[in-house]
Amino acid sequence: MFGTYLRRELIGRRKQTIIIAIGMALAIALVIIVNSVSAGVRNAQTTVLQSVYGVGTDITVSQAATPPTEGGTDGPGQRFDFGADAGATTDGSTTVATSRLEAGRGTTTFAASDLDKVTALQGVSGAAGTLALTNTTFDGELPDFSQMQAPGATGSDSGTGTDSGTGTDTGTAPQGGADGAGGSSFNVDSFTVLGLDPAADAVGPLSAVTLTDGRGLEASDTGTDNAVLDATYATANDLATGDTFDIGGTTFTVVGIVGATGSDAETASNVYIPLDRAQAISGLTDQISTISVQASSSTEIAAVKAAIEKDLPDATVSTQEDLASSVSGSLSSASGLVSSLGTWLSIIVLAAAFLIAILFTISGVSRRTREFGTLKAIGWSNRRIVGQVAGESVVQSLIGGAVGVAVGLLGVVVVNLFAPTLTASASASAGGGMPGGAPGAAGSGGGSGAGDAAANLPAGGFGGGQAAASTTDVVLNAPVTPLIIVIAVALAVVGGLLAGAIGGWRASRLRPAEALRSVG
Amino acid sequence: MYTLTSLTKTYSQPKRTVTALNGVDLTIPDGQLVAIQGPTGGGKSTLLQMLGALDRPTSGSIALRGDDLSTLGEAKLATIRASEIGFVFQGFNLIPTLTALENVEMALVPAGVSAQERVHRATQALESVGLGERATHLPNELSGGQQQRVAIARALVKNPKVLLADEPTGNLDEQTRDEIMDLLEGLWRDQNLTVVIVTHDSAVAKRAERRLRIANGTISELA
Repeated sequence: MFGTYLRRELIGRRKQTIIIAIGMALAIALVIIVNSVSAGVRNAQTTVLQSVYGVGTDITVSQAATPPTEGGTDGPGQRFDFGADAGATTDGSTTVATSRLEAGRGTTTFAASDLDKVTALQGVSGAAGTLALTNTTFDGELPDFSQMQAPGATGSDSGTGTDSGTGTDTGTAPQGGADGAGGSSFNVDSFTVLGLDPAADAVGPLSAVTLTDGRGLEASDTGTDNAVLDATYATANDLATGDTFDIGGTTFTVVGIVGATGSDAETASNVYIPLDRAQAISGLTDQISTISVQASSSTEIAAVKAAIEKDLPDATVSTQEDLASSVSGSLSSASGLVSSLGTWLSIIVLAAAFLIAILFTISGVSRRTREFGTLKAIGWSNRRIVGQVAGESVVQSLIGGAVGVAVGLLGVVVVNLFAPTLTASASASAGGGMPGGAPGAAGSGGGSGAGDAAANLPAGGFGGGQAAASTTDVVLNAPVTPLIIVIAVALAVVGGLLAGAIGGWRASRLRPAEALRSVG
Repeated sequence: MYTLTSLTKTYSQPKRTVTALNGVDLTIPDGQLVAIQGPTGGGKSTLLQMLGALDRPTSGSIALRGDDLSTLGEAKLATIRASEIGFVFQGFNLIPTLTALENVEMALVPAGVSAQERVHRATQALESVGLGERATHLPNELSGGQQQRVAIARALVKNPKVLLADEPTGNLDEQTRDEIMDLLEGLWRDQNLTVVIVTHDSAVAKRAERRLRIANGTISELA
């Protein structure tokens, strides 16, 4: 009888049923869409982060970057020094070229022995150390300053390559140089280099790449001058497997080309070389800049992070959650939109749907006062009446929930059909500077004296994106998981039970005599 | 048998207290057909609600076949209403979304009767009031007299000992009134029911074997 009565009431009071169901359906659909899009955004963030930190990296360990000082010549600032005999001089022009491999701009290195400390921690299933470096190449033409030397001048001052016409004691007008009239022309180019342990391929940036040509770095590459290139960088510089190129004055052979997995993004670095060679060439012996850590389980991440912070008090320890905040671009905007507007909209609509269900149920109980009074008069207990009201309410909400699930899935399908492309940039603690490859500077006058020529690049002016920086176009795909459906149905049941409990409570409080008397 | 002793019921209103029943002493033997008359507001309906275990007295006691209805818990009162007392209302009080058969079935639900047995007994009850062919009709598809017949079938389907009727013919024309009274009188005789009818209609009251008048909360016998 419960089912018959319930069905007849829902059909007989169609308007109330439809209004409650529509309210609930809207709320449930919104919850599904927001949850699904939110999961899609999280997946997109994971894709972006994996292109930087690698698959399976739960925690990264680095050290806070030291702020660069303007014009500084120490630390990681690029500085090129040329001796008096540097370069080859022909026809009044001196051609100089040099290449330096240094720690990436803003990168602080630390002892590689820290990796052993992290690996030894409980809850760590894998860890790998990397050294983020920047290779900067400087080449250009200078005038032959020996032509300008006045008799008796000692030539002890250093000229500044980028300044012009500061000389005060010039002899004859300079000849030669880039323009044939004493000018200079320099090219400065840079690319990022990541030194990593070829044997540790399970954790770290190379765990997230796809090999497009040749091979990846292998354990046997340790100590060799073999390199793997990012596909985008290789294309831009016309490099292919088997080619050779210069890193810090050492000739490396390209053994493979890699691209980012799941997107057309650049990988974490332009060039990947064995860690030991990166340390040796850069002079950063036994130094690393980042440790990628994989926890044995997701529940261990917090404990592992705390343990690392305890063992390495100077380190910056970031979990994936921390790293997600480093994602910027339209993906970040979408994430913000979903997490703030979407979530609040869901809560508000859900609360409104619950309120509508409660108010309509209470209103329904009020309208059915005589009906419930009659039921009590013929022997129905309070419990049976409460059960009837709650049952009707739950079924109304479940109808709304079912419609809401259908509408929500349709909404997700629409989102996936449109498949909006989000742009995201992720940057790690190494930070970035201006894009590399700055044009050369030209001076029209000569410096005073011959002496040594030195080119000081302004600190922070070059360096390009450091090892852990990537810009990615990610297609938003909103997944639907069974859990979302279960949550949606559970919310509908909760809404129905809440409305039914309140409505039933009202019905149970009706005294039969008063219920019958109130309507004559 | 009903035994009412010093039964008093008062209602507290914001500025005054209304005494609906004032120390009523009354005995109604089993199988009696009683009519209660009196002016509006005299306490007729209040007395009927006391007899039907729908309300509790302010003081005094009311016993039905030995059970003191003034002291029993709500669950026990619901059980007594479900098994021993049938109600017929002036406004019929049928559930509008249920068919005639389903309305009658509703009275058997609290007793835990199986679905098959419910349908069987409800069908028989409808046939006994002459509405066997209207079982699948909704209340709004029935006339007032037919609706009251359904209400009577609902009251009697559980084989109660007592039938309480509050102005059962109040909304009916004279011909239908007489038909309903014929039906009630026949059921009373056939089933040895105790029937208490509250009515304004003297024609109805005259068909009872005992007539009572209640005014200002006090009850008296009419000749």
